[in-house]
Amino acid sequence: MASLLDYATLRILWWLLLGVLLVGFAVTDGFDLGIAIWLPFLARNDAERRLVLNTYGPVWEGNQVWLVLGGGAIFAAWPLVYAVAFSGFYLAMFLVLCALILRPVAITYRSKHPAARWRTLWDWALFISGLVPALVFGVAVGNALLGVPFRFDGELRMTYEGGLLGLFRPFAVLAGLISVAMLAMHGAAYLAAKAASPVTERARAAASISAAVLVVLFAAAGWWAASLDGYRIAGALAHDAPSNPVGKQVIAVAGAWLDNYRALPWLAVVPALGFAGAVLAALALTLKWDKVAVFFSGLSVAGVVATAGVSMFPFILPSSLAPAMSLTVWDASSSRTTLVIMLVVTLIFMPIILLYTAFVYRVLRGRVSAQQIEGDSNSY
Amino acid sequence: MIDPGTVELSRLQFGLTAMYHFLFVPLTLGLSLLLAIMESVYVMTGRGIWREMTRFWGVLFGINFAMGVATGLTMEFQFGTNWAYYSQYVGDIFGAPLAIEGLMAFFLEATFVGLFFFGWDKLSKTGHLVCTWLLALGTNLSALWILIANGWMQHPVGAAFNFRTMRMEVTSFYDVLFNPAGQAKFVHTVSAGYVTGSIFVLAVSAWFLLKGRYPEFAKRSMTVAASFGLASALSVVVLGDESGYTASQNQKMKLAAIEADWQTEAPPASFTVFGFPDVPNRTTHFAIKVPWVLGLIATRSTDEEVPGIINLVADNAGRIKQGIIAYRALETLRAHPEESGARADFMNNEPDLGYALLLKKYTDKVVDATPAQIEQAAWDTVPGVATLFWSFRFMVAIGFYFIALFALAFYLSARRQLDRHRWFLVAALWSFPLPWISSELGWFVAEYGRQPWTIDGVLPTFLSASSVSPGTVWTSLLGFVVFYSALAVVELYLMMKYIRIGPGNGVEPVAGSVAPRRAG
Repeated sequence: MASLLDYATLRILWWLLLGVLLVGFAVTDGFDLGIAIWLPFLARNDAERRLVLNTYGPVWEGNQVWLVLGGGAIFAAWPLVYAVAFSGFYLAMFLVLCALILRPVAITYRSKHPAARWRTLWDWALFISGLVPALVFGVAVGNALLGVPFRFDGELRMTYEGGLLGLFRPFAVLAGLISVAMLAMHGAAYLAAKAASPVTERARAAASISAAVLVVLFAAAGWWAASLDGYRIAGALAHDAPSNPVGKQVIAVAGAWLDNYRALPWLAVVPALGFAGAVLAALALTLKWDKVAVFFSGLSVAGVVATAGVSMFPFILPSSLAPAMSLTVWDASSSRTTLVIMLVVTLIFMPIILLYTAFVYRVLRGRVSAQQIEGDSNSY
Repeated sequence: MIDPGTVELSRLQFGLTAMYHFLFVPLTLGLSLLLAIMESVYVMTGRGIWREMTRFWGVLFGINFAMGVATGLTMEFQFGTNWAYYSQYVGDIFGAPLAIEGLMAFFLEATFVGLFFFGWDKLSKTGHLVCTWLLALGTNLSALWILIANGWMQHPVGAAFNFRTMRMEVTSFYDVLFNPAGQAKFVHTVSAGYVTGSIFVLAVSAWFLLKGRYPEFAKRSMTVAASFGLASALSVVVLGDESGYTASQNQKMKLAAIEADWQTEAPPASFTVFGFPDVPNRTTHFAIKVPWVLGLIATRSTDEEVPGIINLVADNAGRIKQGIIAYRALETLRAHPEESGARADFMNNEPDLGYALLLKKYTDKVVDATPAQIEQAAWDTVPGVATLFWSFRFMVAIGFYFIALFALAFYLSARRQLDRHRWFLVAALWSFPLPWISSELGWFVAEYGRQPWTIDGVLPTFLSASSVSPGTVWTSLLGFVVFYSALAVVELYLMMKYIRIGPGNGVEPVAGSVAPRRAG
């Protein structure tokens, strides 16, 4: 394998794998984030709320690992991206982190004490823990599309010139809302398939409404992106260049984020998936094909997330302050050796992970009912 | 230049959040294996009380596990948020074990922990047991990978600086993987986790016996904890010695600081059991020394020297001067990558480049550093001697106490006298906090003893931080303190509540009863 793959191919593979991990996170952990957002609204008493929590109670820990792995893979394969994004978005990351810490604690601890006020408190903690990451991750992607104010000195030390509030630019907020609508749709579709009545019916309605909102917002973002300043590499940049993001030429051009679709029109299939998945999910829900709806909702999530990546390729994190120092697929990766080793490890373990995850979902298949929760002292 | 306030605050935040995280990790490591052992006995004997034991300790495991997972996220994020230059400088090597940890370990433990709790009625007995073992395997594998990463920070092997990318890059992944520092740390750390789990079970069971509740349940739990704990406590000490030996080979300064060993002695060096290190005067007062012991432990020989701090500082001053040559060559290479003289200079002095970076604290013009600045930077390589000296001794003392306690518990359990001696139960109960104290001391010795480096000899701590303002770090630091304190209160409250409720919802399961058969 080491001799078969050149550095440029490896970088493309790792760009694809990064996409796979982010989609994996959005699809699996998206269930949990979306459900948490709906928890106070779709479930109206304690029994219903416990029902909702136990639909994903046994799997949330595994789902969350997609995020941990996403972070680890960015660190290992795209260390410059990891360094710039995490320190640049410092306070936003801190907010996400608090929300993500709150989440496992809230779900584990909520039902371990019977007082109504205790439980209500954790219910709202769960709501926040679902909404904040969904919003902030979307806003972060929006900012990546707009370009982020960072630059490097000669020793590749990065400085970032912006703050927390600077992230909430109009287009970025739109991206954040897309993310919330998308995960709300996805979580509600999962609830429709896993929770017993009356949550099922409410979840179907909630998922369909979210799908409609997603379609409108996603279309608005596409229309906006057409006139937005995107980034384009001017001149040559070797695809196997050393990973040093200083010294290329980049220009900001209105509409440049549509370059890839102009060059390869079939790529339009990616955003189309985002739309079609949402529409088909809503359709399936009206027919009460709840599991089919989860499948289409997952496709929509994958389409939306992949659209951001495909539009920006080869950029991963453009700099608005010094466009020439933008991080791209060709100059922000790990060394070739590290990419090879990580690829081998991933190819061995990813199928195993998918296999036992599928096994666990199979063991836990079927709708969750109130009686089941009462009968099991481990229930959330 | 980074604000020194940012560096100090980031260190404080990382130290606090890491130590907080490690309140939960050792219990997860130890209890997961104890659960697997208890459930194995259940599957082999079919006795319901062992199932009840697995379930009761499992509930406490679950409360602890949630906090371990939650606070672990902070650790992964912080390398990027607070240590961005570190991340870009060594991410090529350091990121890989972290990612592999996710692939190989986190998925395993996080996926099967769900079935551990919710699979009792959905899986066969053996099927559930396999899940529990996979959960224990996952937690232990995660320790392996994070300690390979940490071992590399202590002893960076298999990597070299690439001047084209201005960072360290991997040259031998095999060396990173089989780094002796990482391997020694792994076995020492997981054994410490097993001791923690055993003390937890021992102390809670002692409390039950003192209250006269669930005697059969408590005695059985204690028997498991005593035998597993004794084996683990012995391993911690033996394997800790291995860790000390690798430090003596690879981190001589850390070892000298822990021993407050100022001057090189004629071999074999004596071991200072007790004394008062006096850092300004570079001496140790009232030292009680045992001849030969340090030389034997650290070098496993009678003729090898254990270098003292003052001698190591002199060596390091030399390495700084070599490093300056590498740094000068690097400046040339950045403008003219093909210059052959600069290349040769760089290649010959590359291992000392990190030492030249120490000068950046005193001057931006590293190549023009004065002899006084070099002297200052050389003395910066000495970590806090007195703090390390005492932390290490307390940790070791607690380690030996554990051996005594578990040996006694093992003896009493063999004689079926666990509930006969009140003083023993009181001692077991009051030993509750000790494994946490010794674990935290151990990490403190390891990481504070690594200073002034994040990567030993490669990258100084003060250069590793992100370029964020001190105010920003204050915000997150205060946020963590408030948030984590609140969570700690909730955690302790629930832990005590479930201990009070006791096994089987307050009704002691009958020892000989057969568990209910698999339903559905």
